[in-house]
Amino acid sequence: MAEAAKWSTALTDGSGQADDDGDTGTAEPGAMWNLRLYVAGQTPRSLAAFANLNRLCETHLSGRYSIEVVDLLTHPQLAEGDQILAIPTLVRKLPPPIKKIIGDLSDVEKTLVGLDLIARR
Amino acid sequence: MSSAEHVSNALRKTASGIRGFDEITGGGVPSGRPTLICGGPGCGKTLFGIEFLIRGALEKGEPGVLMSFEERPEDLIDNTQALGFDLGDLVRRKLLVIDYVKVDRSEIQETGEYDLEGLFVRLNLAIDAIGAKRVLLDTIESLFAGLPNELLLRSELRRLFLWLKEKGVTAIVTGERGTGMLTRHGLEEYISDCVILLDHRVTAQVSTRRLRVVKYRGSTHGTNEYPFIIDTDGITVIPITSVGLVHHAPEERLSTGIPALDDMFGGAGFYRGSSVLLTGSAGTGKTTIAARFAEAACERGERALFFAFEESQDQLARNMASVGMALARHTKSGRLMSSCMRPTLVGLEAHLSGMMRQIDAVKPDVTVIDPISSLLTASAAPDVHAMLIRLIDHLKMQDITVVMTSLLNETSAPATEMGISSIVDTWIDVRDAAVGKDRRRELYVIKSRGMKHSRQVRELTLSDAGINLTDLAPLAGSSMRPVGKKRVT
Repeated sequence: MAEAAKWSTALTDGSGQADDDGDTGTAEPGAMWNLRLYVAGQTPRSLAAFANLNRLCETHLSGRYSIEVVDLLTHPQLAEGDQILAIPTLVRKLPPPIKKIIGDLSDVEKTLVGLDLIARR
Repeated sequence: MSSAEHVSNALRKTASGIRGFDEITGGGVPSGRPTLICGGPGCGKTLFGIEFLIRGALEKGEPGVLMSFEERPEDLIDNTQALGFDLGDLVRRKLLVIDYVKVDRSEIQETGEYDLEGLFVRLNLAIDAIGAKRVLLDTIESLFAGLPNELLLRSELRRLFLWLKEKGVTAIVTGERGTGMLTRHGLEEYISDCVILLDHRVTAQVSTRRLRVVKYRGSTHGTNEYPFIIDTDGITVIPITSVGLVHHAPEERLSTGIPALDDMFGGAGFYRGSSVLLTGSAGTGKTTIAARFAEAACERGERALFFAFEESQDQLARNMASVGMALARHTKSGRLMSSCMRPTLVGLEAHLSGMMRQIDAVKPDVTVIDPISSLLTASAAPDVHAMLIRLIDHLKMQDITVVMTSLLNETSAPATEMGISSIVDTWIDVRDAAVGKDRRRELYVIKSRGMKHSRQVRELTLSDAGINLTDLAPLAGSSMRPVGKKRVT
């Protein structure tokens, strides 16, 4: 469980090997996932999103993901690059293609679909 | 904030810098509040907003932020270049920030609760980056199209407009016209301080644009529709009904260039700065008299501007040469300037604006418009009337004498609707009359305000020696008009 006292660029690393797979949409076994969560300050919703994301990653991507949290209140200029409109927004940076989903990630099904992550189990 | 401060803040207006608009709104849009501009596609709302930002940046020292939900910055820059706007330059000079917010429905997968704080962050950043005082949001409709949760969007929009007020920026928000409502999604519910409606319609194959102030809280405003045009200078709103009668009256008299005609006006001619109407059927010599007046002005060393709706410059010169005039000489010297255009070429507002612009550029002493009846081929009589009032006022305020010819029989319906004869100072009528087997031209001064004028009908003759007026020859048999002693009053 990650410490969420201050956002700055908190990084959660599910340590694992990076794997250069091709850019298919679905999760290749062993592909390294790079996820970026955009928030605006420490709000209950942001904390919930972070918690949900962690849980989801541990369950489905154990050992091969990294989460980057970007707080737009401290780094507002980063909103333009990924065209952030809604908060929270989760951007799947790797593997390509880029996928964007909005909301606190409380709906696990929709989150998995949005990330194009096949549920194992 | 004290209550006195609060009241004065509520009535403050921000000048848009858009020609004519600040006039009809008594100062511009409300300061520190959002104004809604709505209209159908292609009505000019985006352009209005952009010009608001540009004029603010260049002329009022107020940098601006353009938050675009529809067009990319490159397209915006390209599209407005044709209108003489250099957005790229403004961005480089840090007078403008363009933030393109892409709202792609396919990318937006909802997984739970969210808000639109990202929008606020970006807008705030843009405003703070250059100290912007003006903001354009174009167009909010894109958010409705892109975001699935309308309730959330509405509540966030409400929050956004409150935020804009607190930030102290003057915002323009564009919205698409709806059926039954002013805007498709009822934005007028949230932005109710000032609502402007733009309209673009095509009547009788001529396109006209109109602007209407639907609502302006805390301010009296004209409720009429005002025509406006979009050209290389941006938007110009034409407040045709807002002209008061405050001209002073010059005493100087100008010769008509025809001694016999001057005689009919007490030997002196027209008042400088007056308006003269020459009516008569085709071929009665109206253009000739008007052209001679212009030539006489040039001979005095003055400048003449000739607006011709039916003849080209060369045609005019050639035709006038047959009555002893040498217009080409004055054209070459630069004293005589001609503007020849078919009345159907552009809309009435464009004519008015173009003519006024040429008048302001050339600064003539006399102007001829030949014939004003041509304008009726493309537009309705009441519209032409309004346009001519505006033009005549514009000329009078600068003491420019104007001679207008008209083909209309002034008792006919279009003529009375156009209603110029009661407005002008001097009205001369030329008739084609039958005399036995022949025809002759008869000229009569119906009125000339402020001076003695002849009440005699005289015969107008045109020859290569020039233009002349003679007493009517006595008629054998029934006479058209009684011939009195030669009486020059």
